Amino acid sequence: MLILTCPYCGIHCDETELANGGEAHLKREGPGSSDDAFEAYLFDRDNPMGVHFERWRHANGCGKWFLAARDTVTMEVFGTYKAQSIEPPAEIVERIRAKRPDWEGRA
Amino acid sequence: MSDVQPALGGAEFDGAGARVVEMPPKGMITLRGSPDEIGAAVADATGCAVPGQREITFEGEFALGWMSPDEFLLMCPRDEVGTCLKSLGETLAGSHHLAVDVSDARAVFSIAGPGAREVLARLCPVDLASTAFGPGEIRRSRIAQVPAAFWIDANDDIKLICFRSVARYAFDVLCGAAKGEPVGVLR
Ligand SMILES: [Zn+2]
Repeated sequence: MLILTCPYCGIHCDETELANGGEAHLKREGPGSSDDAFEAYLFDRDNPMGVHFERWRHANGCGKWFLAARDTVTMEVFGTYKAQSIEPPAEIVERIRAKRPDWEGRA
Repeated sequence: MSDVQPALGGAEFDGAGARVVEMPPKGMITLRGSPDEIGAAVADATGCAVPGQREITFEGEFALGWMSPDEFLLMCPRDEVGTCLKSLGETLAGSHHLAVDVSDARAVFSIAGPGAREVLARLCPVDLASTAFGPGEIRRSRIAQVPAAFWIDANDDIKLICFRSVARYAFDVLCGAAKGEPVGVLR
């Protein structure tokens, strides 16, 4: 069972209150981008065993999207943060580095 | 005004653990925008204090629930909806906001009795111990497979709202959960 804290309403949500929205921090390739870049934006996704950043929506709750950093193997949650974040907050990155010294950072 | 009917005609069920009743439809207004601006306007129109995160406040026949950082749900008597909307529209003129009559969107249930907390505990992924969830708090979650929100009212009954389209489903799962004797762990 995955439990994530919604940064908007502060509830420790059971996974069944949430809807997964796939990988976080994708950069949209808009008009003028190359076909390759646009294809990568649409289809290329990380699927790591280990540290991963995801979008989640508090669907059965406040309805807001937020972002979460977790380990896909151990289900350890490093933190959740607001959807308006361009990149993971420094304290979450620090926490990951402390717990996963061999983590290579985001691709 | 048309003769407003509850979705299930005011269905009732007496279980060993709790009594489940479909309440008469309430007036409901969804409010979105800057919480400061909306809060001030709605406090003005109803006298309800502006609820903080996950709080619900009451004033007479009015209730104001915190739904998300930029959304409140105002509940009032059906025939007050027009007056409230007009007052809100005037106070909020010029600020970016949304105030819509959603009175037809939802069904309201009351769950009362010594096993009321257990009824919800069987259906929701929520800690319903009185130390974790008490009066003055509104919790949006799900009951079984449908979204719902609930709070504890002045009589210590639980009030629950869900979408009207799933009222039958909600009532049936509530009755199923209210059938059994209370275990007695949640008081
Ligand atoms: Zn939330």
